[in-house]
Amino acid sequence: MVTVMELYQLLPRTNCKKCGESTCMAFAVAMLGRKKNVAECTPLLEANFKKQKEKLESLLLPVAGAEETGMIVHPELCTGCGNCVVACPVDVANDPHGAGMGCAPTNDKVIFKVVDGKVLASNIKECRRFGKNKVLCYACIDPCPTGAIEFV
Amino acid sequence: MVTCTGCALLCDDIEVIVENNRIKEIKNACRRGAARMKGCSNRLVPCVDQKPTDIESSIQKAAQIIRNSKAPMLFGLDNSTCEAQVKGIHFAKKINGILDDTSSFCQGILIERVLAQKFRTCSLDDIRNKADVLVYWGSDAQDSQPRHLSRFSYFPRGELRQRGYEEDRMAIAIDVRESNTAKICKGHFYRIPPKGDREFILALIDALYGKVPAYDTKKMLELAGILKKAEFGAIFVGIGLTYSIKDDFDVLTALAQKLPNFNIMPMVGHYNMRGFNETMFKETGFVNKVKFNGKAVHDIKYSIMESLNEKTADAIVVVGSDPVSSLPGPVLSRLASIPVICIDPCVTMTSKIATVTIPCAVSGLESAGTAVRMDGKVIGLSKIIESEYLTDEEIMERLVEAV
Ligand code: SF4
Ligand code: SF4
Ligand code: SF4
Repeated sequence: MVTVMELYQLLPRTNCKKCGESTCMAFAVAMLGRKKNVAECTPLLEANFKKQKEKLESLLLPVAGAEETGMIVHPELCTGCGNCVVACPVDVANDPHGAGMGCAPTNDKVIFKVVDGKVLASNIKECRRFGKNKVLCYACIDPCPTGAIEFV
Repeated sequence: MVTCTGCALLCDDIEVIVENNRIKEIKNACRRGAARMKGCSNRLVPCVDQKPTDIESSIQKAAQIIRNSKAPMLFGLDNSTCEAQVKGIHFAKKINGILDDTSSFCQGILIERVLAQKFRTCSLDDIRNKADVLVYWGSDAQDSQPRHLSRFSYFPRGELRQRGYEEDRMAIAIDVRESNTAKICKGHFYRIPPKGDREFILALIDALYGKVPAYDTKKMLELAGILKKAEFGAIFVGIGLTYSIKDDFDVLTALAQKLPNFNIMPMVGHYNMRGFNETMFKETGFVNKVKFNGKAVHDIKYSIMESLNEKTADAIVVVGSDPVSSLPGPVLSRLASIPVICIDPCVTMTSKIATVTIPCAVSGLESAGTAVRMDGKVIGLSKIIESEYLTDEEIMERLVEAV
C-alpha cells in the first residue's frame, strides 16, 4: 500500500498552496484519503513534472478504486479461500445458514462473494466501518492469509 | 450446483454459468478450483512416438506395448472417478500388472491406517458442527485445500459452535515453517525443526502424562493443557507430518490414544486419492503397491519408486498423474528408459516423454461420476460441458479389450 511519504516525495514540495491545501504534505494526505486528486496540483501539469505526475497517478490507482468505505480488494493477491466471506459479521447476520455456516452465500445481501476464484465485494454500505454507528472492524482483514483486503 | 475437483475437499456448492458449451462464470470455487474448472489450456493430442495420430491408433499401440511387456505397471488414477478406478484395477488384474499411485509416496500409509480403523476419525461436517480445537500438523491447508478453514474447520458457525472462530474454536499449527495456515493460527503456532515431528510427539505425550517434557517445556505443557480440555478435537495430518514419521508411525497412534476426544484426518491433495485407496482396500485389502498374479500381492517393491529403481516394471501406463514432475532424478531416468503410455486430459511433463499419449475427458467437467472426499464421504461429480473425448473409464475398458 502506498504511503503518504511516497506521494509527498513526488510532489513539487514548494508548498505553493495552489491546490488549496496549506502544504504539499497536507495535499498528499488529502490525495490518499481520496479528497483531492492529482490534477488539482497545477504545477505538476508542467512538462518537467511529467514523470512524477505519471508515477503519482499509478500509485494512486488502487486508492482511486477504493469503495466509499475505503475498502480495496487486491484481486491479484486473493486466493478465493472464502475466509472473509465466512468471517464478515455482516455476511453472518444476513446469511446465517449460507455464508455464516461456511457454505456458498444463499442471497445477495452478503458483502463478499467469490467469483471466478477471486473475492468480489458488494453492498459495501452495509460494512460496519461505514454509517452512523461505525466500528473499526477487522473481521475480513485478519483472516485473509494474503493481505488481499485493506482499508485506506 | 456442481462439484469442484481442484482438491480432495470436493466442494459441491459451486455454481457455474455455461454459455456455448464453455464455462463463463464460476461462483464459490477458490482460485485453484476455478482454474481446474476452466479445463486445460494445453490439451493433449493422441501421439505415437511423439507423432500425432488418431485416438484409435494410440490405443492399439498402447495395447501392443502392454502385450509385449513382461511386467507392465499402471500408475495414477488419483485424478479419476471411482468408476474409472474400478476399471483401472480390473485392467491391472487382466494384464497381471503392478498397480500403484501417488499415495505410495504421500498419504497412503496414513489412509491405510484410517481405513483399518487404527485411528478415530470423523467427517468434515462433524468438524464444522462440533470441533473446538483444530490442529493443522505439517499441513498448509490454506494453500493446498484453500476452502478447508472457511467451509469446514475454523471459520464457520456450526451446531455446537454458534460463535464460530471468534470464541468457539481454537486453531493450532505445528509446522517447520510459518505457512499461510500458521499465520491464521497466530498465537498458536509451534515451529519445529525439519524431521522434528517425532521428538515433538514424544514430548507432547510426556506432557499429556503429566511428566516434564524433554524439550520446550513451557510451550509443550501449554499445548498439552489446551488439547486435554478439548471437547471435540481434530488433528489434520498433512504430508509434512506423514513424511517425517513414516518409519515410526506408531508414535502418532500412541498420541491419538492419549487424546480420546481427538479425531485424525488425513489431508489429501489429489481429488480422488482417497477414493483410489478405498477402492483398492475393498478389492485387495491394500491401499497401493500391489502386483496382480491371480491374487493381489502387496510389497514395498511394487511402489513406483522401487519398481523403477529395481527395474521391476518394463512398461508403464500413467493415468491422470505427472510422475515426471514429482519423482527424484535417478528414478526419472529409469522412467524415461521404458515405454510410457500417458492418459491425461492435458499436456504434462510426463506426456512430453511418453511413447504413446491418449487424451481423455476432464472428469467432473466433461464427464460425471463419483469421488471420495478426504473424510471418506462419497460426492457426486457432474458433467458440465459436452466433449468429444473418451473418459478415462472408457479408455480403461478399451485397453482391457485391446490387450
Ligand atoms: S470491515 Fe467488517 S463489516 Fe466491513 S466488510 Fe470487513 S468484515 Fe465485513
Ligand atoms: S480472505 Fe483474502 S484471499 Fe481469502 S477470499 Fe477473502 S480476500 Fe481472498
Ligand atoms: S477448496 Fe478444493 S474443492 Fe474447494 S473450490 Fe478450492 S480447489 Fe475446489
